[in-house]
Amino acid sequence: MIRSLLITLCVLSSSLLLAQTDSLGQQADDSTMNFEANYDRPFLSGASSSLALGGYMEANTLYAGTDGIEEGFSFQFRRLTLFASSTISPNIRFLTEIEFEDGTKEINIEYAAVDLMLHPLANVRGGIVVNPIGAFNQKHDGPQWDFVDRPIEAVELLGATLSNVGVGLYGKAFASDLSFGYEVYLTNGFDEAVIDNDLNRTSLAAGKVNVEKFEESHSGLPMFTGKVAAKLRNVGELGISYMTGVYNEWQIDGVEVDEKRSLNVLAVDLNASITSSTELRGEVAFVSLDVPSTYSQQFGSKQWGGYVDVVQRFYEGPVLVFDNATLALALRGEYVDLNDGTFNETGDAIGDEVTSFTGGIAFRPSAPVVIKANYKYSIITDLLGNPPAYASALLFGIAAYF
Amino acid sequence: MRNFVFYSGLCALALFLGACDAFLPAAIPSEETLDGALEGLDQSQRRMHIEGDAAFNDQLFTAETGLGPCFVASSCGACHAGDGKGHPFTTLTRYSHSDGAGNQFLGAPQLQNRAIPGFAPEALPSGAPHSSFTPPAVTGLGFIELVSDADILAMADPDDADGDGISGVPNWNTIPSFITPVPNAISQNGKYIGRFGKKASTHNLFQQTVTAYNQDMGITSTFLPTNPINYAAGTHPVPSGGPVVTDEDVNAVVFYLQTLKAPLQRSAASVEKGKLLFSQIGCEKCHRETLKTGFSPIAPLSQKEIHPYTDLLLHDMGPELDDGYTEGSATNPEWRTPPLWGLGLSENSQGGRLFLMHDGRAHSLEAAILLHGGEGDKSRSEFKKLSDGDKQALLDFLRSL
Repeated sequence: MIRSLLITLCVLSSSLLLAQTDSLGQQADDSTMNFEANYDRPFLSGASSSLALGGYMEANTLYAGTDGIEEGFSFQFRRLTLFASSTISPNIRFLTEIEFEDGTKEINIEYAAVDLMLHPLANVRGGIVVNPIGAFNQKHDGPQWDFVDRPIEAVELLGATLSNVGVGLYGKAFASDLSFGYEVYLTNGFDEAVIDNDLNRTSLAAGKVNVEKFEESHSGLPMFTGKVAAKLRNVGELGISYMTGVYNEWQIDGVEVDEKRSLNVLAVDLNASITSSTELRGEVAFVSLDVPSTYSQQFGSKQWGGYVDVVQRFYEGPVLVFDNATLALALRGEYVDLNDGTFNETGDAIGDEVTSFTGGIAFRPSAPVVIKANYKYSIITDLLGNPPAYASALLFGIAAYF
Repeated sequence: MRNFVFYSGLCALALFLGACDAFLPAAIPSEETLDGALEGLDQSQRRMHIEGDAAFNDQLFTAETGLGPCFVASSCGACHAGDGKGHPFTTLTRYSHSDGAGNQFLGAPQLQNRAIPGFAPEALPSGAPHSSFTPPAVTGLGFIELVSDADILAMADPDDADGDGISGVPNWNTIPSFITPVPNAISQNGKYIGRFGKKASTHNLFQQTVTAYNQDMGITSTFLPTNPINYAAGTHPVPSGGPVVTDEDVNAVVFYLQTLKAPLQRSAASVEKGKLLFSQIGCEKCHRETLKTGFSPIAPLSQKEIHPYTDLLLHDMGPELDDGYTEGSATNPEWRTPPLWGLGLSENSQGGRLFLMHDGRAHSLEAAILLHGGEGDKSRSEFKKLSDGDKQALLDFLRSL
């Protein structure tokens, strides 16, 4: 834990220092914060209607192999997401996001909430909301990112995109170049699949699959998610988020059958503009949960991990028929420890870790569209800490708002 | 400029794509890994092997899909990572039904030391004679299954007729009703020779597989249709509502185990001296280098000479390894000679360390040799007398297996 905190502090402090060295650079004059990402999208609206429509799609090719065993070549259609928003009245608005993943393998209402905008500092949001844990979960649209794959930390540790039914408050305040934002929600929570799933490891992603989650909280108790963030214009945004709740069915028909087993997640995220053409994004998350001591250590009680992205735009100008195209070099380093602990039997460290590096080029013929070419190299250690497997993948993808 | 950027990018991309194979990690040489199918399987056999591989390594049981309620591991692969030796994380505890004073212990012979949430795991009954078993490597088992009973008996020397201090006896054990004896099986008083397990109590791979599903994972099948009962907790598990694992999956796993390749020796030419010493100090009397298989419809297994370094017999290993636990006709200090093939790759599946002997108590090859008492005592003494160079040569030979 100490090691992971130190790494976190180093990453974040170096990022801020880097950012501050050029804080007078030519940054986008943008005070929009991550928690506003849902409404910060290209929408199409008719002149006579309060309804706005939009969406995005993501597709890619995949050529991958592990330890010399080639998995072949595939096309993947990862997701098609449709947005619809409506200004119901001057201070009431609605937005929904419906997602089709892997064709029609998964169809989810990822977001569907009404906002009552009472005051800049106190707005009520209710419905299916995105749990504000980490920045990626809030701002996850494929066209916004220069990598084909989502960060492992966001997917494996936080279950991105994580949304649930609930209600809460959000708000924002300004002080000179500084913006402060917050979100707090009570939502339904996870279920036992977090520690009882066919991934054979603790997984929030597995615990969010429950189809009943939109009609009842499995534990009978609400889950809290909150985030505070500060953004310094032309420098970057730093966010700290926390999520806690009981994930197990501890009583049935009023009869107590288990202890209340809690789940806690802390995430710290940062995005910074180092220069006018260099952007840095990173996030670290820590998951801890109460796993029955008589269960298997295959399911860890602690997980942590994070990623750092550096995106360098190196060309802006015309390319073929596109007048305002950009080309960017993108680098990502990421690490997740999916089971942070030691074996009861030996005292040795439990493995189940992934370290991954991705390099790529992102070509944007226009702002809402990005074509990505990535090479990803991963080092995967199994539970027992045996010699790692080495995997790599070549990915070409396209993501576009429409 | 418009076109220059585009065509430069396109060229770079084409170069990258053209060499995409070069960007994939290199394959691990076959002799450096234990998993992998036998060479020479036909297409339908390869397909069956892959199905078994999926059932063995990828079929992960959960509470929802029938795990437990009491269990040791949630998949076959959890105990045999990469088809190699297991880690203490999944060491099995076996205990006897009764002790010498006539005490009875319900729930024997295996402890399920874990339980799904909401259930209590088994606890070892106080006073029960018990032993710990580290999961073995599973490669090459198809060959071992095909060593004939007659050949095993031919290696036995129960009365030490040759006076070399080594006897060697088979484990005669009762087989469950769902087991069909291996072809040309020899029986004695209704009992059959076992060849799998630390005490050779298991007759064939089918019995091993069905029992492991049930006792290691709490998974029912048509052959063992009830989950292990936690007598100490007084909770009988809810009936599973039918077999959790299908007959097809059981058969696929058995086929997978039968058709895993035999471990391949590495650097054989450079360890000849060690191999000679291995034989000279008497190790080879029990760890027999060469056995042969009988007929099998799977051609790559049939009528083959193999080098597993075992005689599949029980040997009295002295008080050092007497855990007070019996199985079949094996007495407390008697253990089956474990095959040594694959020994040199054990660390790759045991978390980078060695956990040798039946319960993983030896953390080096030398420590394992020094735990050989009883019938192994003479070889142990000879090993101690070797010069450091000769010891090293012997250990290098063992690492090459």
